[in-house]
Amino acid sequence: MIHLVKRPQPSRAWSYATPVLAVLMTMVAGGAMFAALGKDPVEVIRTIFWDPLFGEFAFYFRGQLLVKAAPLILIAVGLSLGFKAGIWNIGAEGQYILGAICGAAVGLAFYPMEARWLIFPLMIIAGALGGWAWAMIPAILKTRFNTNEILVSLLLVYVAEQLLAKMALGALRNPDGAGFPGSRNLSQYASASNPELIAGSGMHWGVVAALIAVIFGYVLFARHMWGFQIRLTGESPRAARFGGVKPTRLVIFCLGVSGALAGLAGLFEVAGPAGQISIDFNVGYGFTAIIVAFLGRLHPVGILLAGLLMALTYIGGEAAASNLGLPSAAIQAFQGMLLFFLLAVDVLTNYSLRFGKGEVA
Amino acid sequence: MDLSAINWAVLVASLMVAATPILLAALGELVVEKAGVLNLGVEGMMILGAICGFAVAVETGSPLVGFFGAAAGGALLALVFAVLTQVLLSNQVATGLALTLFGLGISALLGQGYVGIKPPKTEKLDFGPLSDLPVVGTILFNHDYMIYFSLALVAAVWWFLRYSRGGLILRAVGENHEAAHALGYKVVVIRFAAIAFGGACAGLGGAYLSLVRVPQWTEGMTAGAGWIALAIVVFASWRAFGVLLGAYLFGGVTVLQLNLQAAGVAVPVEYLSMSPYLITILVLVIMSADRSRAALGAPASLGRSFHASN
Repeated sequence: MIHLVKRPQPSRAWSYATPVLAVLMTMVAGGAMFAALGKDPVEVIRTIFWDPLFGEFAFYFRGQLLVKAAPLILIAVGLSLGFKAGIWNIGAEGQYILGAICGAAVGLAFYPMEARWLIFPLMIIAGALGGWAWAMIPAILKTRFNTNEILVSLLLVYVAEQLLAKMALGALRNPDGAGFPGSRNLSQYASASNPELIAGSGMHWGVVAALIAVIFGYVLFARHMWGFQIRLTGESPRAARFGGVKPTRLVIFCLGVSGALAGLAGLFEVAGPAGQISIDFNVGYGFTAIIVAFLGRLHPVGILLAGLLMALTYIGGEAAASNLGLPSAAIQAFQGMLLFFLLAVDVLTNYSLRFGKGEVA
Repeated sequence: MDLSAINWAVLVASLMVAATPILLAALGELVVEKAGVLNLGVEGMMILGAICGFAVAVETGSPLVGFFGAAAGGALLALVFAVLTQVLLSNQVATGLALTLFGLGISALLGQGYVGIKPPKTEKLDFGPLSDLPVVGTILFNHDYMIYFSLALVAAVWWFLRYSRGGLILRAVGENHEAAHALGYKVVVIRFAAIAFGGACAGLGGAYLSLVRVPQWTEGMTAGAGWIALAIVVFASWRAFGVLLGAYLFGGVTVLQLNLQAAGVAVPVEYLSMSPYLITILVLVIMSADRSRAALGAPASLGRSFHASN
């Protein structure tokens, strides 16, 4: 019989090894899934993980990598704060949408004025505030009425999607768009656009913000009282209460920061790569970011790497879809599988395996 | 706007149809949570049930076999959750989310060949002349077997939790797993069974959506029904008949807003479509604001991992 014995302290070595192990296991299981779909598993895995980086068309894909990774990292860093403390904001997708709507609305309100120094910073503030405000709904309901933040934040995603549809068809619709849904294209409006900073690199202001967020997260956890309080609450809520941590402030802080970061991600996306508010503007970054946060072991630097890897599966998945005819849903299942394996092998961090008959403790 | 155009007996009958997917899923989750396990993967199990049921029904031509397939699919995915949380002691919230993300992906993958197909029709039960009664006939005697099954399941779950020995053990495990373990009950085995039951119910709920309510397969067709089912368990204060009330109230809101859309009310369609979610949030707030009441029904060990040290 194999049985588990709790480690006195989580294993450091395993906490580094488990994400790698999980990725390898997902590749094996995913390969089996691709084989079941009638594709050559080795070729699919190579198309997803190798070709975008080192293949013939890598010069194109490498730029895409940062474009896709930036929103994932930005959102995941915010989510990791709450996840560490046991505060579950799973509605980042909604906060992302609201950030985009608010930011775009500010930009469009100034159209066609030319004042980039004023308009773009205002849009950034509006985007962050939009996401923040949307996250404040579950935060306040949680602190005031003890309502479950998981359900409220998630349900608000569906509300946000309806709001997005309403905005794309109504208030923010392009008046010169011949009645088609969708707003004016912000990326063609110089004062409100979020362009590539270095041509061909995929580097835009969202990438800069993601890097700042990683540094902010790192400093917060390593140096700041708030970071300590978050860790303490996650590891021992009782000790945290005795230590004078105010749960209310922590909930407001964690949800607020994650909402604002998700809002920023939405704003940079709508002003840059997406370009406009449209009905299908959101593509699930808010949900994939949950996987990124766990794959990065809720650590800012880990999230940076995990975000890049997850971006790779998006880009590689698109390449596999067009070159090999792999259904795009297969990538979604693949990403979900990764989270399963991560959670499964995580047991090795906190428990050690013992073989033989268990003795009575 | 012409409200008199709405036939209220038909409205009640259709609210029962609208409520049944959520009722089934919420009943399953009720049993799971009573065993002390929080499975947030209801949405994933529902959507997998929706496609499994749809595919099996189309291939065999029998909706009944389809429902069995849906229950099996939902239970299978739930067992993945059970292995992760009960054997490998993973975080239940995170694992539930994984279940939902994976379920949405795998169901889209499985459903590729089934878009735009009509499923075989689920027949209504034949009550003879009873179905022709005005109002009562429309509301009570004019449904398919799954509606009656879901109502019977409410009564069965209520009886099981309240009066049966098995239900008592299940609740003991959910209230205090250490004590139940000390008494010699197999905590993990009981939770496995509860989780599988919850998965099967969620699968049935999903299949009811794809086979009867819509009836069609589209990607992501559950559209948050699983999350609403979770909210309804809280609304019900973990009681079976509370789940019935919650699901039917929710079904009523859904059907009413659809009717209002059709009647051409001056409120934009998008705002009407978001109303079920907003009302669910509102109800959650009201239920949880009263702390004494919210704490009464919630199992004490809800969401905590159990690891027997020997």
